[in-house]
Amino acid sequence: MLKIDNLTAQVEDLTILNGLSLEVKPGEVHAIMGPNGAGKSTLGNVLAGRDGYTVTGGTVEFDGKNLFDLEAEERARAGIFLAFQYPVEIPGVSNMEFLKASVDAIRTARGEEPMSSMDFIKLARAKCKEVDLPQDFLKRGVNEGFSGGEKKRNELLQMMLLEPRLCILDETDSGLDIDALQVVAKGVNDLRSPDRGIIVVTHYQRLLDFIIPDYVHVLAKGRIVKSGDKSLALELEKHGYSWIDEEVA
Amino acid sequence: MSEHIEEYLKSEYSAGWVTDVESLTIPPGLNEDVVRLISAKKEEPEWMLEWRLKAFRSWLEMTEPQWAHVKYPKPDFQALSYYSSPKSMEDRPKSLDEVDPELLRTYEKLGIPVHEQEVLAGVAVDMVFDSVSVGTTFRAKLKEAGVIFCSISEAVHEYPELVKKYLGSVVPQKDNFYAALNSAVFSDGSFVYIPKGVRCPMELSTYFRINEAKTGQFERTLVIADEGSHVSYLEGCTAPMRDENQLHAAVVELVALDDAEIKYSTVQNWYPGDSEGKGGIFNFVTKRGLAHNRAKISWTQVETGSAVTWKYPSCILKGDDSIGEFYSVALTSNYQQADTGTKMIHLGKNTRSTIIAKGISAMKSENSYRGLVRMNPGAEGARNYTQCDSLLIGDQCGAHTFPYIESKNPTAVIEHEATTSKVSDDQLFLCQQRGIDAEKAVSMIVNGFCKEVFKELPMEFAVEAGKLLEVSLEGAVG
Repeated sequence: MLKIDNLTAQVEDLTILNGLSLEVKPGEVHAIMGPNGAGKSTLGNVLAGRDGYTVTGGTVEFDGKNLFDLEAEERARAGIFLAFQYPVEIPGVSNMEFLKASVDAIRTARGEEPMSSMDFIKLARAKCKEVDLPQDFLKRGVNEGFSGGEKKRNELLQMMLLEPRLCILDETDSGLDIDALQVVAKGVNDLRSPDRGIIVVTHYQRLLDFIIPDYVHVLAKGRIVKSGDKSLALELEKHGYSWIDEEVA
Repeated sequence: MSEHIEEYLKSEYSAGWVTDVESLTIPPGLNEDVVRLISAKKEEPEWMLEWRLKAFRSWLEMTEPQWAHVKYPKPDFQALSYYSSPKSMEDRPKSLDEVDPELLRTYEKLGIPVHEQEVLAGVAVDMVFDSVSVGTTFRAKLKEAGVIFCSISEAVHEYPELVKKYLGSVVPQKDNFYAALNSAVFSDGSFVYIPKGVRCPMELSTYFRINEAKTGQFERTLVIADEGSHVSYLEGCTAPMRDENQLHAAVVELVALDDAEIKYSTVQNWYPGDSEGKGGIFNFVTKRGLAHNRAKISWTQVETGSAVTWKYPSCILKGDDSIGEFYSVALTSNYQQADTGTKMIHLGKNTRSTIIAKGISAMKSENSYRGLVRMNPGAEGARNYTQCDSLLIGDQCGAHTFPYIESKNPTAVIEHEATTSKVSDDQLFLCQQRGIDAEKAVSMIVNGFCKEVFKELPMEFAVEAGKLLEVSLEGAVG
């Protein structure tokens, strides 16, 4: 589904990704771990098509298409979803309005009819319940005055409504208490399915106690330096990232 | 991001066409004879002519205001024509059926309901084309309720007592340079009188269209709400695209007697000039309302047009417990400049005012809020709340805030809040990452920013205003 080959990318003149390769197949959950500055967030942003990142080499194929031929919104419509580490506020635009515009855009791209407002409200309310957000969140401005945990749950709500092909969670666990972490993890686990790929980017192995990955990769200096299964995360937890530096050396 | 937005902002002005009608336009120039000619064309009584001449003589001794945060070439007042009327209007059609269909089509094309049987029939419309009112719908129906809604020219003939009593009572002839000019040469506009205790049964609206080249439009609107009455009034305006600047200097006076309520909304979409800053309307307007005891005056404006705007709809809260409100969205793009805001003058006890002003600047435009809140010594227990928010799109535009606060009563309470924000790359990216294209995203973000003001507009026009913002920002992100 997603095939990254020898990807290099810069922010301004600084090379952040430096020969990264990774393949994600439908049904798989990949965890990407690594120290600060390793390029974890850059990977998500490059895949989602954010401005300010220059791809200098390598290829990324998504469902057989060259990902870099697509604009950011086209990637979203093709099924790439990035859950943000720091979701931004949009004052005055209600969550409901935002979600409806988003779902409509994605349905239209799939050749489906936009949902009727009634059906959409019903669906949104049901999903709100699943992520433990009160319904009046739908009326509030997008992320406006939300706590850290509420913002993350709001990201999860969007992911559930959009039903993406590939979910990229960028340090979704940061700033979450254990209860919120479990709600988010449950949501992600519910989204696991044989035709959906998930990439979990995280700093800590804690999240992986709740979302059990099929693969764990260690990212350092812009490339994947070590891959393994769940046990790799535990090793990392035990030895710290400096262990990887030694291993690689 | 800014280059994307620039693309998006390069939209076409959709009301920029010209109606092909034969017009009678008086030669350019301004002197006492021109004032007399305008008055004669309207067959005005002597008192009206005298009133104009008094204004004209004052104007000659006045100079243009320089304090606004706008730069523009000074209009050459001798190069303008002060009166232009479609030829067909010379015969004074008695009803809408007699009006040249070409004129009515102009309004239909702009989406204005000109026939009473149309679906959006909850609105009565006065149509002002260059210097004349071409027709007013629903007059008979309004008359049943005792409501007078006609052109000001007719009012001078039909209701001279009301006109004499109230014209210039809120904005005196000598009030300011442009108000004096307007008082001398005003050609048409709307007149509204709501009798005691009457709730006007429908929305009233006036639609102003400048069509002729090298003319100015100087309309005069007078709304009188008698004791305990209620009226909601809306004005809209557009003009063709022309390379030279055109002057629009209007005066609007509102009188709300005891316990009356006037809601005055404006959707201003004068031609803003092209992307190089060429052409467009100079919109120099004086709008003021006088509120008596327990009366309420509410101004709502959505300003997307004009090359230069200079406009401060104000309230004089003379009566005790009277209320003034000002809700404004001003959007400037390309080389537009807006210096707009309000004045709330608190004279009576326990008077209250609210100001919510939203300025949106894009491209190379300059957008200023200028507002005065004055608590006079008699304004016991008066209150004001002001909130002014600026939103910047791109990095070459300017937003400015000039609040003036004067309090001469220690019991008065004044609150002022101001914010400045940007449509950020992060917000745009969030929308795009959720499949929403950048164009839709910008309009959604801008609409969200304006929400508090849009909810004050009459329902039919809130939708229109939202769309207008969308059009004004169209093509901005690609």
